[in-house]
Amino acid sequence: MKLIVGIVRPEKANDVLEALYRAEVRGVSITRVQGHGGELDRVETYRGTTVQVGLSEKVRFEVAVSDDFVDPTIAAISAGARTGEVGDGKIFVMPMERAVRIRTGETDHAAVTPVDR
Amino acid sequence: MSGLPNVLAAARIDTGDTAWMFVATALVLMMTPALGLFYAGLVRSKNTLNTFMMCIAAIAVATVTWAAVGYSLAFDEGNGFIGGFGHAFLDGVTFAPREGQAIPHLLFFAFQTTFCVITTALVSGAVVERMRFGPFLVFAALWSILVYAVLAHWAFGPGWLFNRGTLDFAGGIPVEMGSGFSALAAALVVGARKDYGRLALLPHNAVYVLVGAGLLWFGWFGFNGGSGFNTGQNSTLAFVNTLLTPACTLLVWFALDAIRGRRVTAVGAATAIIVGCVAITPAGGFVSPGFAMLLGGLAALPCYAVLVWRARTRVDETLDVLAAHGVAGFTGILFIGVFAQLSWNGVADGIAFGDAGQLLDQGLAAVAAPAYAFGVTYVLLRVMGAFTSLRSSAQEESQGMDVVHHGEEAYVTGEGAILVLPDAGHEAPKPVAEPG
Repeated sequence: MKLIVGIVRPEKANDVLEALYRAEVRGVSITRVQGHGGELDRVETYRGTTVQVGLSEKVRFEVAVSDDFVDPTIAAISAGARTGEVGDGKIFVMPMERAVRIRTGETDHAAVTPVDR
Repeated sequence: MSGLPNVLAAARIDTGDTAWMFVATALVLMMTPALGLFYAGLVRSKNTLNTFMMCIAAIAVATVTWAAVGYSLAFDEGNGFIGGFGHAFLDGVTFAPREGQAIPHLLFFAFQTTFCVITTALVSGAVVERMRFGPFLVFAALWSILVYAVLAHWAFGPGWLFNRGTLDFAGGIPVEMGSGFSALAAALVVGARKDYGRLALLPHNAVYVLVGAGLLWFGWFGFNGGSGFNTGQNSTLAFVNTLLTPACTLLVWFALDAIRGRRVTAVGAATAIIVGCVAITPAGGFVSPGFAMLLGGLAALPCYAVLVWRARTRVDETLDVLAAHGVAGFTGILFIGVFAQLSWNGVADGIAFGDAGQLLDQGLAAVAAPAYAFGVTYVLLRVMGAFTSLRSSAQEESQGMDVVHHGEEAYVTGEGAILVLPDAGHEAPKPVAEPG
């Protein structure tokens, strides 16, 4: 089991969701975050005040998956988020100790497997 | 020496009329920033400022083009199609009133300027979120002359529609049909936003939309109430109808919303206010209060239908200028031909009161003005497009027009913003926002 964190451009968030949906990855959380990668700072001017904006808006995806789903998830996030320009984001994969589905008390693999309906 | 003509002019000026026209002119000018607010609420947050700025830019550009040649082409004698250059650069526009009016000519000019400004701003609704700002400025300048001034000449100046007796109280022809059908052409030439029809592109702030619509309605009392250029009966009728018509449009719109989606929507209500105000614009001083209320309810139907239908097409006429202005203006112009009432307006009867010829005059305007506006705008943008790219790249579109074209954002947090000091340059920036 892994926790996959993908940080992507906000305008690509819908494409990533669509790609994850097609890859049959169902459990996703997203957060709006601000961060700084290698991209160039933008310069903005408000009346006499000129500022360099070092933080960019990003959307952070968190997806907890069983081992079989790690590669498809990474592929889906990459495909959805890539534009080829600096600032497309990063994907981090980290080990996950336990997972619990609150409703049923199921743990681990069962907890990250989508419910069949 | 110049004292004598001014004294003579003053004698023919009505102080009450003039005082009202000062206020009406200011009210109509306020409608353009109000429209900016209305439009800004309807777009995504990353395009808020650019959308607003297109309206502000219309004030800058169209005021200058109108003072230079637009006013003259609309209101100077000329021929039936277009006016002459007799009033170019405000030549001869002084304190002496125009024929049949009791307000200074200069004030009449200012009032008409605010109409040209808001009409130019209206067209921007078709191309927001993708058109480049520079080409928009050029388009606004040319459009205000080639389309607006010509249609204003037809309807208000001594143009062919005006001369044959077509009635248009406050601008159903140049303002509403002119902007609506031009917007359709502009949307077709500039093309859809890259994510149109693929992603949900939603209004980012419905409160702006409602406040904008409310301020527009407020300003519309000057727009319609001032279009008699006096404080007489037709002006009073238009002023009061501006209250009655949109209220009825709102009620019918509520019903349509409830039937279609089981809920009454706020963005729909804001739209209904605009539709009602637009519908009564041409008819304001010509129909009785009762028929004005009928018009309000009636106008909701075709506008609602076009609005729903347009969203299902590939035509990204983004803020539905065609539905809200073109179709509502069209409805109002034809409505005059049916329900105009000599006993109320002192000018003409519609077909319902025995004059079929009036409906023909109105019908001609309802065909000619849309055709002219659509055709000229289409060709103008095609020609401009041959010289320069009208729209931003797909990448800029996803970044948002605010940052790309203005280097500003509507909703800045200041987090991560580093002050660039003039003497330090970009080398040693000083952090201004400490985390936490």
